[in-house]
Amino acid sequence: MRETRPTVHVSFDGVEHEAFVGESVLECARRCGVTIPSLCFLEGLTVWGGCRICVVEVAEDHRLRPACATQVAADMEIKTETPRLRAYRKSILELLFAEGNHVCAVCVSNGNCELQDMAVFCGMDHVRYDSQAPPREVDSSHPKYVFDQNRCILCTRCVRVCDEIEGAHVWDISHRGEHAEVITELNRPWGESLSCTWCGKCVAVCPTGALSYQGRAIGEMEHDPAMIKRLAVARNRGEWLDPGVMT
Amino acid sequence: MKQARIATAWLGGCSGCHMSFLDMDEWLFELAEIADVVYSPIADIKDFPTDVDATLVEGAVANEDNLELALDIRAKSRLVLSFGDCAVSGNVTAMRNPLGDPQQILERVYVEAPDRDGRIPEAPGIVPPLLPKVLALHKVIRVDAFIPGCPPPADRIQAALEALLEGSLPPNRGEAIRWG
Repeated sequence: MRETRPTVHVSFDGVEHEAFVGESVLECARRCGVTIPSLCFLEGLTVWGGCRICVVEVAEDHRLRPACATQVAADMEIKTETPRLRAYRKSILELLFAEGNHVCAVCVSNGNCELQDMAVFCGMDHVRYDSQAPPREVDSSHPKYVFDQNRCILCTRCVRVCDEIEGAHVWDISHRGEHAEVITELNRPWGESLSCTWCGKCVAVCPTGALSYQGRAIGEMEHDPAMIKRLAVARNRGEWLDPGVMT
Repeated sequence: MKQARIATAWLGGCSGCHMSFLDMDEWLFELAEIADVVYSPIADIKDFPTDVDATLVEGAVANEDNLELALDIRAKSRLVLSFGDCAVSGNVTAMRNPLGDPQQILERVYVEAPDRDGRIPEAPGIVPPLLPKVLALHKVIRVDAFIPGCPPPADRIQAALEALLEGSLPPNRGEAIRWG
């Protein structure tokens, strides 16, 4: 099917591309095959704009913009890869590692982790900031899943997917700043939740080892964030309303 | 030509990085041809020597002995490298940090745990006191390069050593810097 939406011209690092009016810089970049790293963004969920890994520079504007939460505009000159952006992305990674307890060597997601991959991508070989080493809980009260606060980066993918796709809204953020944490069922143990449907979408989308299946050992947890895109696309198309559309 | 003087040291870690070092297998013979290993936990040398070209330090800084050796290494080495995740980040060794005061941890392990004799080991001058927090090596001394990994795979260590022997720093891009 041909797209008939109105378009404008933008450029990524000096190369011209056609952008759809109303799409975000990140969406446009992904469609055009331009790499902009991201963490909290997940196709199929609303934009959160919290992690700031996807920051880009726009023309002469001194402010950095989160590509996921910035709409394209006519003749926008976007830079995705500059020394300044590299420095900021690396700093963000280091802050995320310093804030939580990310012990890759003993993590269920070791080797299958978006945070770990992003650290490699951004060139983080060590963390300059002091490790906060916060005392954090592990909630393994759920019969199928485990929530390990130590690995949580507050990307809110679990909060969004549970609310927007599953419609259960088990997850929320409580507190602020360094005390912020993801909670289940208004801060009751996950296993006691009456609203959780056990669907596992929160586990599928988690970028780190914060959410995993029960019984997974080091490096055994693999997530499936792309599942949400499949669900979101199917829902937009109303595929399950007519079984004939499903193939 | 003067042989390069290489050292390796073992602070608060499990020695897995040194096991991985030994996994370089036959390349160790080549290393022995072109460099002198002047200090290492796998060689019987008591004191850290002077005039070392590069020292690979495994382990985090967890106790007073670790701290003393780290300072000594820095004073006597031209290049110091954090060797493995414990030196790089604290890693498993630093997992006690969120639990707080080391005295409480010692009591938990040696007094409360049922299979112990109920006493915290104490031998001044032999058993080194724990530091309040386990620290990554670069929090204590200046570190010139990082070789992450738990443990760093043998080929990563070899690539680092080959770079050092050619007078450059180890690769710090791509998979060479993956933690875990």
